[in-house]
Parts: sequence; C-alpha cells; structure tokens
Amino acid sequence: MNRFQLTLKTCILIAALVILIGLPPVASALEATFYIGLFSRILIYALAAVSLDLILGYGGMVSFGHAAFFGAGAYVVGILAFHGIEGSAVISWPFVIMGTDNALISWSVAAVASAGLAFVIGAISLRTSGVYFIMITLAFAQMMYFFFTSLEFYGGDDGLSLFTRSRLGHMDLSNDAAFYYTCLGLLIGFLLFSRRLVNSRFGMVIRGCKENERRMGALGFPTYRYKLVCFVIAGAGAGLAGALMANQTEFVSPSLLHWTVSGDILVMVILGGVGTLVGPVFGATVFLLLEEFLSRYTEHWMLFLGPILIFVVLFARRGLYGSFVERKADNG
Amino acid sequence: MDESILKARGLTKAYGALKATDTLSLEIRTGEIHAIIGPNGAGKTTAIGQLSGELTSDEGTIYFAGRDITRLPVHKRACLGLARSFQITSILLNFTAEDNVAMAVQARDGHSFKFWKSARTDRKLRVPAREVLKEVGLADRADIVADRLSHGEQRQLELAMALATRPALLLLDEPMAGMGPASSRKMVDLLQTLKGRLTILMVEHDMDAVFTLADRITVLVYGRAIATDTPENIHTDPAVRKAYLGENG
Amino acid sequence: MYLLLFCQQFLNGLQFGVMLFLMASGLTLIFGIMDLINLAHGSLFMVGAYLCATVFQQTGSFMLGLLVALPGAALVGIVVEVFVLRTLYARDHLDQVLATFGLILFFNELTKIIWGPRALFLDVPEALSGTIEIIPGAPYPTFRLAIIVVGIIVAIFLYFLITRTRLGMLIRASATNREMVGALGVNVNLLYTLVFGLGALLAGLAGAMAGPLFAVEVGMGEDILILTFVVIVIGGIGSIRGALVGAILVGLIDTLGRAFLPALFKLFLDPATADGVGASLDSMAIYILMALVLAWKPRGLLPAHE
Repeated sequence: MNRFQLTLKTCILIAALVILIGLPPVASALEATFYIGLFSRILIYALAAVSLDLILGYGGMVSFGHAAFFGAGAYVVGILAFHGIEGSAVISWPFVIMGTDNALISWSVAAVASAGLAFVIGAISLRTSGVYFIMITLAFAQMMYFFFTSLEFYGGDDGLSLFTRSRLGHMDLSNDAAFYYTCLGLLIGFLLFSRRLVNSRFGMVIRGCKENERRMGALGFPTYRYKLVCFVIAGAGAGLAGALMANQTEFVSPSLLHWTVSGDILVMVILGGVGTLVGPVFGATVFLLLEEFLSRYTEHWMLFLGPILIFVVLFARRGLYGSFVERKADNG
Repeated sequence: MDESILKARGLTKAYGALKATDTLSLEIRTGEIHAIIGPNGAGKTTAIGQLSGELTSDEGTIYFAGRDITRLPVHKRACLGLARSFQITSILLNFTAEDNVAMAVQARDGHSFKFWKSARTDRKLRVPAREVLKEVGLADRADIVADRLSHGEQRQLELAMALATRPALLLLDEPMAGMGPASSRKMVDLLQTLKGRLTILMVEHDMDAVFTLADRITVLVYGRAIATDTPENIHTDPAVRKAYLGENG
Repeated sequence: MYLLLFCQQFLNGLQFGVMLFLMASGLTLIFGIMDLINLAHGSLFMVGAYLCATVFQQTGSFMLGLLVALPGAALVGIVVEVFVLRTLYARDHLDQVLATFGLILFFNELTKIIWGPRALFLDVPEALSGTIEIIPGAPYPTFRLAIIVVGIIVAIFLYFLITRTRLGMLIRASATNREMVGALGVNVNLLYTLVFGLGALLAGLAGAMAGPLFAVEVGMGEDILILTFVVIVIGGIGSIRGALVGAILVGLIDTLGRAFLPALFKLFLDPATADGVGASLDSMAIYILMALVLAWKPRGLLPAHE
C-alpha cells in the first residue's frame, strides 16, 4: 500500500512536471499561446498558495490576509519600475532608493518588503489566536488595501501601469514563454525550499505548534517567535508571487489586495489539500481553470463556485490532492 | 551548598473572592520525590500551574536552582530545566512516538532556527529519542502515531518527553489519572526507577502510589500547606487526619 | 463654526457606530456562543438592504420595507444556519471560513441575477426627510437621527434580553461555558438557531436603514463586515457591551478622522502632502486603533470570557 502510494505520488508529480515544461512549445505549435499566459498566472498563484500553506497547513495559522503581502510585492515592483522609467528616486531620505526595472533588485526588494510587512502584521496578530487571528489578518489586509487606494501619486484606485516587464540578465521576459519558465523555476525553487523547511528542526517546531502549542511551550519553545518567523517567510513568498504578478499583467492596482484575493488563495490551498506542499499547486490550477472555463459558459459562475466550496468543506475535507494522493501531512 | 532545588514562598492566586492557593510555601529538595496531596479543590493544579509558569501568581516568589523565576514565562522556565506533564495527556497526537520525543530532545538542544538540515534523519535527535523511549518501555512503539497509542502508553510517552529534556525538576500533574490498576502499577514501577536520579514534584490522588513513591508529602487544604513531612509522619499527623481524611481527633 | 461642524460629524460618527453595533452585536454573540466565524453575516446585511429597497421603491412605504426586510433577513439567516452552518460548529475555523466564503460568493451572485449588477439609490423616506436642530444652529437630518434612536432602542432591548430573560441567561451562560449549557438539558440546537435568527434580524435592520444613506449594491455587505470584525476585535468577542463600545469608537474615529485629519495635517504640512498623508491615514485610522488596542489588550477591551 505504502509503496503503491509512493509510486502514484511520484508518477503524478513527474506527469505534472512534464506537462508544465512542455506546455509553451505545444501551445505555440497549436497557436494557443493564450494558455502560456493563463498558466503563468496559475504558477504565480500557486506560489502564493504554497506560501500560505506554510503558515496554514503546517503552522495552523488561519490567515485571511495573504493578499496584503501579494499586493505589496506587486506594488514594490510597480513603484520601482515607475521611478525607473522616470529616473527618479522612490525616496530620498534617510537614504536614496532609485527606481529600477532590474528583476534581481526589484523582485528581491518586493520579497523583503512583504516580509517586513508580514513581520509587523504578524507581530500584532500572533498575540491572538482562533477567530481573532482570522479577523485581524483580514482587517490588516483591508487596511493595506485602503493604503494603496489612497496613494494618488501611484494611481490610487486606478492603479499603475508598467511600461515593460522587469529585466532579468539577458533574458527577455517580455517573451511570454521566457516569463513562463521564470515563474515555473521560481515555483519549483520555492517548493524545494519549503520541502527542506518543513522537515527541518524549524519546520518540526512549526508543526508541533499546530498540533499542541501549549505542549511546545512547556517543552521550552518560545512558540510566538517561531510562528512569527514562519509568518514572515510566508509573507516573503507571497511578495515574490506578487512581484511576478505585476510583471504578468504589467499592471498593479489595489484590486490585487482586495479581500476576495485572500479568499481565493485560501480556497486554492484547501481545494488542493492543506498541509501538503504540492496540493496548493493543484488547487491553484483547478481553481483558475474552473474560473476560466466556467466563466465562458456563464458570467454567473460564482453561483456554482460557492456551493462547490461548501461541498468540498462538507464532504472532501482533505482537498483533491490530499484526498487522492496523500493521507497524512506531507513531508515534502 | 543549597540542597533545595525549588523554593516557593507565599504563593497566592485568587479567582475573584476564591483563593485557589493562599500564601503557599513549598521547598523541594534535590533528588527527592515530593508529593502534593489534598482534597478536590485544594489548589493542587493551580500550584503546579504557578510553578510551571502557565499561571501568574498574584503574590509570592519562586526560586528555582537559586534563580528568581517568579516572572519568567513557561518556555524560559522549561529551558532552565523545569519539565512537566499535564493532568490531561498533552502530546503531539499526529506525530509518531519517536517524533514526539525527538521534539523534546530538540528543545534541550538549543534554538531551533535551523531551516535546512532534515530533523527526521538527524542522529543527534533520533539516537537520544530512542534511548528515552526504551527507558520508558516504548521502544517497540517508536513508529506508531501517538494518536493510536493506548491511554497508558500516551502517559508514558508524555513522561518520556519530559525526561528527554533532561529536567532538573519534573512536575507531574496526576500521572496516574484515568489509568487502570495494571497501567498504574507500570507507571509506579517506572517512576520508581527514576527515584534518586531525578527530582520530582507530583500531584496525585492515588494514595497507594503516593505512599509508595514519595520521600516527602505536602498536604494542601484550601490552598494552604497544612503539613509537610515523611509519609510515615503524614500518616499519623492528627491535623492531616482531621482536615484531609475527615476524622475527628 | 468649527464646533458646529464637529457636532454634526460627531452625530454622523454616532450614527455610523449604531449601524456597526447592529451588525456587531449579532455577530459577536455568534462568535462567542457557537465559536463560529461567519463571513456571510454581511450577506444578511445586503439581503436586508435589497428587500427593504425593493418594497420601498414599489410601495413608497419605508415602514413596509422594514416589515419585509427584518423577517426576510431573519428567515434567510435561519435557513442558512439549519442547512449549512449547523454542521460546521464542530469543525475547525478553517472549514468555517471556507464554507461561509462560499456562501458569500453564492449570495452575491444570486443578488446580481435577481437585482442586476447596478446599484440602487434610494431617497430618504418622506416622513424623515427633514432636519432637526437638536443643537441650535446645526440642523441635522431626521433620518440619521432616527437611526441613532433605533440603535439606542436596540441596545436597551438587548440589555434587557440578556440580563432579564431566561433566553438571555442561557446566552450569557453559553458565552462563558458552552459545554455546561448542553449538560443542563437545554435544547442547544434551538438556542443556536434563535441566536442566529436574532443576529440575522439585526443585520437585516442595519442593511435596511443603510439603504437611503449608501448605494444598495453587491459587495456592500463585505465592506461593513470587515469593519464589524474590527469592532468585535476591539470590543472583545462574545460581549454585547464590547460590541457597543467598539462600534461607537470605530464609528466616531472613522467619521471624525475622514472629516478632520487632512485639515489637522495642514497645520504643519504643506497642503499637497497633508492631503496625501491625511487620505492615507484617515482610511487606516481604525485599523491603527485596532492594532493599538491589541498591543495593549489582546482579548479586546471588554471580553466576555475572563
């Protein structure tokens, strides 16, 4: 049984990888390049969903505000690019930060800025737990939504257009296939990193906190600190996803931080399988494909998605990947 | 040399008008098994909570190994060597027995901000974990998920976790709670093997166990310690008999 | 001049606070008693608003609108409780979040199908369309004043319900110790349904009264829902008193912040910067308040469980 599952899991992963790697040339050959863009979006949301699953599935922290970090990462790239074109400084005091469209810089800054934001929000929110935590993360994400809405200089409600995608060495990211492979590479990199993470000493502590925080405290772990670090790592992951999203659409706006985006990412995680690393990738794929194709048949596709969600909660709690492939919490 | 590992003076914790512990003083000598007994509602669990740091005391001071720990949070006390078991078994139910103990070993082994190396194959965690499991008699259950262990085994596992942190003082809150006679006897034997090697403070209702194991006993009534003495003397102490056993003179 | 403006804005804040209180009082009981996080509470607000708006537009009678909206919202709430939420009480918060998120999507889309995507705009009912000078020289809209009065009546009603009736005793008991109430042989299912119905009714009332003030549109429920969460976090879960204090605080700070913060910053910043900073801060003010309260008292100002 165990061996069978192992092979099933490996088969599914290899098949998924082959499909994802082969997608751009096949789509180009069939003149369906639209799919390259769609799947870039899927990979980006998958990255955000995996980062959420680190805190949700492994740390047991039900955050309903992940869009804050996603959107902040996107805005960092947008704002840096905006000043990069102008050749002006983003801030000039206490030190000068010039605008840039260099991906290595702007994407890193996006991840770091989102991590910083996660540190502040996490430091306050993690003082509580349960329904408080859910409401507070949601409220702070809403605060960030209003914050970016109020930035009239950067387009306010209307958002900000990027003139081009970021520069990444000699790669031309305005080529959709190149951008797609960049997203795929980053997603796989983040998955491998997360896999190490959840099995490391740190990861075991985080899982222990989900299981029984009181016991972890009695063993001598300062649980708050560990959870906060995990929250910050997840924030950085979402920030990176946001940076990619800004490049994918070449546009950033407060709608990236809308509370429904937090909800969508949460749904992807649960749809795929909480506490499995690959699950959220499947969740993001299914969710966005459903959105894409249901919305072709009816503009009221949400009318069906809502009951589907309720159904999943009531009857298929481990999610798709979790139900069919994994049984217990995934070790990577 | 100070031979007491823990000194509590004047501990008080009030819930509204009710004082769960009332100027309670305790002294635990290094190497002894010290039992706290008393009727229901005497404040035994509150006292354990105050000592372990889950409850903050309204008044009083606690010295542990010569340090004032009155204001320290739970995890800092634990790092100083104060381990505990809970009245209701508290383990990581979805972890295997070995993972549970490895977690405790990890707690002892300094901070865990180590993000890369796998904790599942780390011999520095696994070898000591297996040793402790063997010590409490769970060696052949190492790979079983804790959820599937019997109640008695879960209590043994919780003890194993406490032992794995190599505590200077072990607080046991009703280690025999909910156990049948056979498992109780097993637990008593197990604790017997620790006697002399470890300092233990236990709260327990099972009088046979208490009088078998304890070197000294403190009797708690309405949050106050009315007597602390050897089992023999406690047995014959008239005040104890009156207050605790409900006998008249 | 400034004083009169301040008084008007103060009343506006109070009126907004009352609205939030109607939402928060029901929701906080549901949190406190059932330990259920219900994201779809905003949908009940929306249902109340749409029902009242429709009847009001058709018949011209706002009273009739209220008479339909209140039982309507309560009924929808009860149906949702019985068919979906009841199975979720024993589940973890994650399941509750997901399922009630699903409910939001469903209700929003259904509303779009029934009433169309365009917002409805209502006039203030004729009888309440005037103004009253409660402070000499500062006329204040009667309708807004009526909302404040309704809020005070509801607060008094809830106070009596909670402190003086058997139902209230059970509610208080369940908020402190859920298991005990079941052990006492109370029909817990019925109690939960009643509490949920009451919460839905109050949300419907808030929605109905919001109609003439805001646009009645899809998504209106979630905007106020998130503010309601802030109220509950500040006030403390499960406590009506906390909901009242939190609602008034949030209502006042939000309204006064929007009215006066930009002007305040203009005192020591140049106008353009002041407008920018003011605009950022006034929409963030209540969240900053929430953060401060949490840093000081993680369980809120007046939590039910001590």
